Amino acid sequence: MLSRLVFVTASGLKSSGPLGAGLVHASRSLHTSSQSLAPVPPLPEKGGKVRHGIFPEELFQLLYPKTGVTGPYMLGTGLLVYLLSKEIYVINHETFTAAAIGAVLIYGVKKFGPSVAAFADKLNEEKVAKAQEVKDVAMTNLTQAIENEKKEQWRVEGRGMLFDAKRNNVAMLLETNYRERLQMVTNEVKKRLDYQVALQNLHRQMEKEHMVNWVEKSVVSSITPQQEKESIAKCIADLKALAKTTQAKAAV
Amino acid sequence: TADRRQVPVAEKRLMDVKLNQLGSWLGSRDFTPNGIISAVRRGHDRYYNKYINVKKGGIGGVAMLLAGYVVLSYVWEYDHIKHDRWRKYH
Repeated sequence: MLSRLVFVTASGLKSSGPLGAGLVHASRSLHTSSQSLAPVPPLPEKGGKVRHGIFPEELFQLLYPKTGVTGPYMLGTGLLVYLLSKEIYVINHETFTAAAIGAVLIYGVKKFGPSVAAFADKLNEEKVAKAQEVKDVAMTNLTQAIENEKKEQWRVEGRGMLFDAKRNNVAMLLETNYRERLQMVTNEVKKRLDYQVALQNLHRQMEKEHMVNWVEKSVVSSITPQQEKESIAKCIADLKALAKTTQAKAAV
Repeated sequence: TADRRQVPVAEKRLMDVKLNQLGSWLGSRDFTPNGIISAVRRGHDRYYNKYINVKKGGIGGVAMLLAGYVVLSYVWEYDHIKHDRWRKYH
């Protein structure tokens, strides 16, 4: 549990002093091997198991096949008795100091361990949550960007149709213009031709009139007075004959 | 064990070295300053990554270091503590 606190605080002070006997450096070296693991593998959940706070579990596992469960404890007792009897470990004032300090430490750890552990866990969680939030925001931004990109691509497809419509418009304008000009040309040509036709008609009519007038004039001028008297006499004779026949018809 | 290739003695791990090969194994280790420093760093990394650099570490990680410090300091002070012995002959 203390190691959790050490980890949390030590990661705060990046460049601490030289390696003391009890100070732990907080420098996790990444990419030391040639193979780079990305994404970085997650931290293991629990550390190596330790019994009674100072004896690693591997010792117990080592002695288990030969001496069973009580083996390491017997080893410990035997060692302790040997050290005391040969006075390799000497009992003096320091022993009492150590006992007192040990008692206080063990009491403190047992009583406040879980709460300190929970506090350190909370700090860690906050850090992880912040990083996760950054990652989540980045992810949402990127997905949003992907959506926008897809939308733009869809829009671009529509642009093709827009160009087609515009092209159609332009084609229609050109067509209309062409037809207008065609009509103008036809009208002009027709006007020219009509003029020629009218001209010819006028020509013919004037010739006809002139000829008729000339013939009339020549005929009238050719009737001499003698001919006029003769024609009048003839007319009177004819009229008399006619009157006789009608009188005869009326009588019948 | 699956594959037991013939590894030269120099590259074996300490636990795989037989007793009679211990001398040659020791002789082949790298005792230059660089080698010593890298060995210390490797040991530190192993201990750190096993006991401290975990999500829910226990007291064992730091307690073992403190206990080792206590024992080591007792060993260094033994010549001085010798004089506090209760009996002369054991």
